[in-house]
Amino acid sequence: MRLTLKVWRQAGRSARGGFQEVVAEGVSPDSSFLEMLDGVNEKLEAEGREPIAFDHDCREGICGSCSLMINGHPHGPDDGVTTCQLHMRRYRDGDTIVIEPWRARAFPVIKDLIVDRSAFDRIIQVGGFVSVNTGSAQDANNLPIGKEVADLAMDTAACIGCGACVAACPNASAMLFVSAKAAHLGRLPQGQPERHARTRRMVAQMDTEGFGGCTNHGECEAACPKEIKMWNISFLNRDFLQASLSERSASQRAGDG
Amino acid sequence: MKLDAKIPGGPIETKWDRHRFDMKLVNPANKRKFSVIVVGTGLAGASAAASMAELGYQVSAFCFQDSPRRAHSIAAQGGINAAKNYQNDGDSIWRLFYDTVKGGDYRAREANVYRLAQSSVQIIDQCVAQGVPFAREYGGLLANRSFGGAQVSRTFYARGQTGQQLLLGAYQALARQIGLGRVTMHPRTEMLDLVVIDGQARGIVVRDLVSGEIRSHAADVVVLATGGYSNIFYLSTNAKGCNVTAIWRAHRRGAGFANPCFTQIHPTCIPVAGEHQSKLTLMSESLRNDGRIWVPKKAGDSRPADQIPDAERDYYLERRYPAFGNLVPRDVASRAAKERCDSGFGVGPTKLGVFLDFRDAIKRLSEPVVADRYGNLFQMYEQITGENPYKVPMRIFPAPHYTMGGLWVDYNLMSTIPGLHVLGEANFSDHGANRLGASALMQGLADGYFVIPYTIGHYLASTPIPKVDTGHAEFKRVEAEANARNRSLLAIKGKRTVDSFHRELGRLMWDNVGMSRNRADLEKTLARVPELREEFWKNVAVEGSADDLNQSLEKAGRVADFFEFGELITRDALERAESCGGHFREEFQTEDGEARRDDENFCHSTVWEWQGPGKAPVQHREPLSFEYVKPSQRSYK
Repeated sequence: MRLTLKVWRQAGRSARGGFQEVVAEGVSPDSSFLEMLDGVNEKLEAEGREPIAFDHDCREGICGSCSLMINGHPHGPDDGVTTCQLHMRRYRDGDTIVIEPWRARAFPVIKDLIVDRSAFDRIIQVGGFVSVNTGSAQDANNLPIGKEVADLAMDTAACIGCGACVAACPNASAMLFVSAKAAHLGRLPQGQPERHARTRRMVAQMDTEGFGGCTNHGECEAACPKEIKMWNISFLNRDFLQASLSERSASQRAGDG
Repeated sequence: MKLDAKIPGGPIETKWDRHRFDMKLVNPANKRKFSVIVVGTGLAGASAAASMAELGYQVSAFCFQDSPRRAHSIAAQGGINAAKNYQNDGDSIWRLFYDTVKGGDYRAREANVYRLAQSSVQIIDQCVAQGVPFAREYGGLLANRSFGGAQVSRTFYARGQTGQQLLLGAYQALARQIGLGRVTMHPRTEMLDLVVIDGQARGIVVRDLVSGEIRSHAADVVVLATGGYSNIFYLSTNAKGCNVTAIWRAHRRGAGFANPCFTQIHPTCIPVAGEHQSKLTLMSESLRNDGRIWVPKKAGDSRPADQIPDAERDYYLERRYPAFGNLVPRDVASRAAKERCDSGFGVGPTKLGVFLDFRDAIKRLSEPVVADRYGNLFQMYEQITGENPYKVPMRIFPAPHYTMGGLWVDYNLMSTIPGLHVLGEANFSDHGANRLGASALMQGLADGYFVIPYTIGHYLASTPIPKVDTGHAEFKRVEAEANARNRSLLAIKGKRTVDSFHRELGRLMWDNVGMSRNRADLEKTLARVPELREEFWKNVAVEGSADDLNQSLEKAGRVADFFEFGELITRDALERAESCGGHFREEFQTEDGEARRDDENFCHSTVWEWQGPGKAPVQHREPLSFEYVKPSQRSYK
């Protein structure tokens, strides 16, 4: 196949970026989207030009590194897949493909198609965990957890932290990402003692990082390669309300004392 | 180089307990005075960094990915073993120990393996406490499945994403410590060299992958948890970034490298589709629980699978190994697939493939049950191949997946360089010549959560460690070397890309040092690798600058190290004139094609000592003794 690519090139964080047109020739329909880009890069290098920088690692849809906006869709046109799993048989000879980085204030471009997603790490660092030191756990089967609850927790724990939800959202909101962690730990008994504090802290950090608010567009759910559902956002909103109320009553009690 | 494994005395069941008592402790108030560097944030690195920070040490952690959560442990699918005996099917610590020693074809250290089996039980407890959503039964208790090389169900799993969930557990524990200010995290930072001062590992030289800056970090002790080296084969199931650089550079600074030829070829991967292929995708071994492996009985039969009647199918694993059937260990399953394909019975467009068929499982269990167990794997297969495995059998072929070899470590997980500790896949310790399925996650977490937090204290409490900072001349010297190396890669301005060299090296290694090996091919390879390396240093094209984000330069540095390492792995394979586990030498096989071990001459780990560029390394041996599991011909018939 022969394809025309319009690729975002940007030399650095504060540099001015723009689209560069590159032709990809001899693309096998069995190759993955990233393998197609590998081929383009090899050609650029052979011509003494700098290759296109893009994040990738496992190339099997689980590490969450790859992150391309393809013709306006995060991870391309297919549901439930990451860019690395997208295969070129999805395209036709002669197609033009526009490739951009994630665009969000909280995800600044580092170079070309690579963005800085460390804001997600900072959200987890303030509360996305169960505080249990190594060595202080009881026998695993002392805590029965219904299969249904465990399965629901697993559905949201499957989040790969790629940031497609933010890239898809017109407000660049991180609510789907935050709600996935809140719902994973908030549904499990292990997550209960810190549930309110976790929710409050993660939401506060999300706001600090400059992500936008959720206005129920639903683009995040459509873009999520792990098909994490939007109703987790309702879970987060409910939890956040309860957490705020409990914080208020706790501070009132403290004031009484 | 002196190899003292420091195995504690006494009966194997009490060695670890006694050793923990005998080891020196660091007073809680003094722990914060000690600094620890951890390189790599996979299961071993993240669990180690988090656990040591919880104890109070000052930890700095490094990963080349943009976030510690993306380390390649995340891609492990099938599960994690633990001797819980929740299924009441006769499992025990002793049985897991026995299975692991036997599965490793009697080339692992018994005392380490026993400790691993003991720790397995605590790992599951720890992970559940962190909120890892393991699969459960309707009664709310943990579910298990069986895995290759075992006759009990001891594998815990989270759908086909067990590695992801365990890594997120460890990542969250690490994130908590970062948030508390006890771990300083350095993402997008790659270790380029180890700094050894007065015989002790005292720090690392790294490259900031965003700014390109080369800088140093000093500490009292260094921990490497940087994974395996399967990417020497170019095509493997490893992530694209996985590399040998950290452990290779440590080897060049004096760390012994043990058994590099022990590499694992995983039997169930999606076959290669063409020249464009950049990596291979694993299909979890758990699929062999319900899928049946076969090829047509007639060589070259190209009818679609569903038109080949049962009588004309050869379920060759069930035929050759009736006791274990499709669940034989990985090395056995891989070789059997290669044998069928080499004999002309392979399937698919390249004829390098065998069928993994779920027809009978769907009939027996129903499609929804099969989907519940393996749905995400089936979806991944269809995405890659364009074929629906519910209707058409999967095609699979073996691919490089895991490396049992690695830096030599003693019972305390310390390498031959005092202060340099090595965890997880990066060390050589527990799997011998072949690793059983669902044991990599177990080992990474055992090392990180339950071994290093104790043994590091002993080293710090019992060793005088003078004060050193990054102003020391040795740091400056190593920094200058790293800088010079990058500048020379950029200055070559040759005609061939890094990838084209890597592909050629990988092909050479796969053809000659892959699934089966022989003297003539190994000797040829040993001569060819240095030629290719020389060409690389004359003709590689690396664009861009050293003072910027430059992925070509990153790759070039890693591939340059693979070129040096390629010689060592070949030499080790040549030296080991026996077949054992994943190391199959064609000259040493039984009449029916099984591996023939030579315990008289090779019951040892081979440990290599670097002598300088272009010089043959010196060989040392750690003899292995088996007091508890008597070596026998491994039979799965």
